[in-house]
Amino acid sequence: MRDGTGDVTTSCQLVTIDLPPGRARWQLAATAARLFVSCDAAIAALIWAAALSVLAAFVWIVGDVVVHGLPHVSWEFLTAAPRNAGRAGGIGPILVSTLLILAVCLAASVPIGLGTAVLLAEFTSSHGWFGRTVRRSLDLLAGVPSIVFGLFGNALFCVTLGLGFSILSGGLTLACMVLPILIRATEAGLRAVPDDYRRAAAALGMSRRATLFHVLLPAAGPGLFVGLVLGVGRALAETAALIFTSGDVDRMPESLMDSGRALSLHIYNLSMTVPGGNDHAYASALVLMALVLAINLIAWSLADRWLRRNIVTV
Amino acid sequence: MLRVCAAVAGAVVLLIVGFLVVESLPALRDVGLGRFFGDPSWHPAAGVRGGRFNLVPMIVGTLLTTAGALAVAAPLGVASALFCRFYAPKFAAGAYRRIVELLAGIPSVVYGFWGLVVLVPLIARLQPPGTSLLAGIAVLSLMILPTTALVADAAIAAVPTEYLRAAAALGLSRRGTIFGVVLPAARAGILTGVLLATARALGETMAVLMVCGNVPQIPHSLFDPVRTLTANIALEMGYAMHTHRAALFVSGLVLMVLVAGLVAAAALLSRRAADA
Amino acid sequence: MNAECGQIVTAAPVNGPAIEVQNLALAYGRRTVLDGVSLAIERGAITALIGPSGCGKTSFLCALNRLTDMIPGCRVSGSIAFGSLDVRSPAADTIGLRRRMGMIFQKPNPFPLSIRRNIDLPLKEHGVRPRRHRDEIAARALRDVGLWDEVRDRLDAPAQSLSGGQQQRLCIARALALQPEVLLFDEPCGSLDPLATGVVEDLIASFRGRLTVVIVTHDLAQARRMADHAAMFWMPDGVGRLIEHGPARQIFESPQEAVTRAYIAGRRPPV
Repeated sequence: MRDGTGDVTTSCQLVTIDLPPGRARWQLAATAARLFVSCDAAIAALIWAAALSVLAAFVWIVGDVVVHGLPHVSWEFLTAAPRNAGRAGGIGPILVSTLLILAVCLAASVPIGLGTAVLLAEFTSSHGWFGRTVRRSLDLLAGVPSIVFGLFGNALFCVTLGLGFSILSGGLTLACMVLPILIRATEAGLRAVPDDYRRAAAALGMSRRATLFHVLLPAAGPGLFVGLVLGVGRALAETAALIFTSGDVDRMPESLMDSGRALSLHIYNLSMTVPGGNDHAYASALVLMALVLAINLIAWSLADRWLRRNIVTV
Repeated sequence: MLRVCAAVAGAVVLLIVGFLVVESLPALRDVGLGRFFGDPSWHPAAGVRGGRFNLVPMIVGTLLTTAGALAVAAPLGVASALFCRFYAPKFAAGAYRRIVELLAGIPSVVYGFWGLVVLVPLIARLQPPGTSLLAGIAVLSLMILPTTALVADAAIAAVPTEYLRAAAALGLSRRGTIFGVVLPAARAGILTGVLLATARALGETMAVLMVCGNVPQIPHSLFDPVRTLTANIALEMGYAMHTHRAALFVSGLVLMVLVAGLVAAAALLSRRAADA
Repeated sequence: MNAECGQIVTAAPVNGPAIEVQNLALAYGRRTVLDGVSLAIERGAITALIGPSGCGKTSFLCALNRLTDMIPGCRVSGSIAFGSLDVRSPAADTIGLRRRMGMIFQKPNPFPLSIRRNIDLPLKEHGVRPRRHRDEIAARALRDVGLWDEVRDRLDAPAQSLSGGQQQRLCIARALALQPEVLLFDEPCGSLDPLATGVVEDLIASFRGRLTVVIVTHDLAQARRMADHAAMFWMPDGVGRLIEHGPARQIFESPQEAVTRAYIAGRRPPV
């Protein structure tokens, strides 16, 4: 009965002979596939190959951007205004616009996100209808395609509220987009605070508000910060939602009502609509990737240090 | 006070759906749903009468790129997760996971740019023009691979160690343990990851916009250019007026419905996984 | 159980040792949990390992079938001979070893698959073909553990739908189907109610003479009822040691060590 090996060798020999037609061929193919799956080394080789090809793709993309981008990055590139549609000059105004969009996004999303997270984690039972509804809609919000955010932002902020193509419109659109990320991380941070703290504070006769501000929020601070960092990463990488909200003007913005071009959109424009813009597109992509990488590193080190237990980093 | 915050956060989705519906109403009313599928072509700028509103090529483009990307990324993602948990040497597993997380963090416009300047010329050498369904599938599968890999990794990590011990005590091989026990036990979690990745692929705009060629046609081969729903919006929103604009909101609504269905299915699956 | 395959030794209890352990030590990282254990486990008999929690009985069991390999930072020294096989040798075929030496855990751990597949999967893995043959073996194993009549109509139902006692018997059937020579039980009744405990206990007792059984138990009455041999573990200095072993009757009725005497009598032993 341990004689499975007998079957295996005979089938192996069968595979090497000429393939019979029709159904028999399918059966043989199925047998061959089964044999392959039943071979430990083949599976191991396949899995190693998959892992190595993922690694290779990563090295290829990052290496390509670094090799072609690095020669063009300089202090001058980071600060100067773009000339000749971006083929020359730098990305100074674009960095400023990007930072302003981020600032608007955070200014709008952090208070709302923080309030929602506190409510969800501390004041509602996880089974109440209100908490459940809010959480469901946040799950859905996290899945909404960014181009749909663009449509929505255009309709609400640019047209209905009359803000036009502006940094304000773009920032507010991104705020809607990062809300789920902020809320999830903060809620996880709050839930990670041990119940002992709450009991201790209650036993000391502290009010809920005082407990929240002096005990819970400081303890959950790192969670909030990780959420913030992740949200910034997402907002920084975003392009599609900004095309029709913050607009495409590459001049230095003078107010939040001015249109401003985000760095990611700059890359898109240089590569798609400006012939000969690839060099600076590479350099801009390198800057953008470096920023995103730095943000990821910060988030990891924070998450590792403070929230080893239950923060979700992706 | 807090309730107001939460209500605002919860209402954003409603607002989005509301605006999509309101903005697409003119097109739905004047053009009618049928013409979005029955018209001979997509020439929406000529108004209700003269315009042609066939969305089918774009829907097909979206479905083909998404399906192709899933066919590549789902097996690769599961293999990556298995590599981390069962095959990689200890120091490599952590580093590998970090790299996958970094892949997840690379902005989509960078993927698109890389695809445009590196992949498209390579494909053009095989068969011009290079901007094609194939390029879209390649870039998109790289982009959603981290999602499938990370969620599958978490699902596999959640398989109770008792099962692994039982498998070892019965003398199952590593392959037998994986295919007989681990993958069936982690099935719901892995499927959730695949669904979320599908949502991401459906909604991805920049990368496909940059490498797919954007011709609104039903492709006959992998080398034909295609246009997706998302790219369609991004390309035409800048100058669209009236019915044209409303027609673009209709495609946004279609996307939203697809994604909502996927998210709901993922939620259902993960709840079932938590119950089991 | 199964004459046609002829792998089960149907010998009288006294037939020399099935497993010989010499000077076994085991450590998790820097913490030594077991030291200087030498024990010969008799073929075809039931050997009960008794002693308080945390004195290394389960670790001892896991060392026998090399399940210790799965615990990061776990180091084992000493020698374990299973017939002609040197269990500790890096070249030892652990898969074959674990097939010959089944293990049942405290918490029933059927895979989240159907009842049939739980037994079928390991058989298939070990190259038992064709499927009809595996079905026969599975049915026989289920009959052996008295589960056949309870589940014959719902073999494709999830194993998790069974009661705790049924799940544990399914785990035993799963191990039996591989026709092992030795079965290791780690508190097999630890999470079962008294009725289910009785059923499982009778089942284990029925293996006497057919299989070598090693059972870790905290239930002294159970050990007294079924064991042929008993081994008493204790940790005199924070490290688990085997302090006394021999025929069950001797251990339970006239133990040599004061510690054993006190433990058997349910008193807190003298320090």
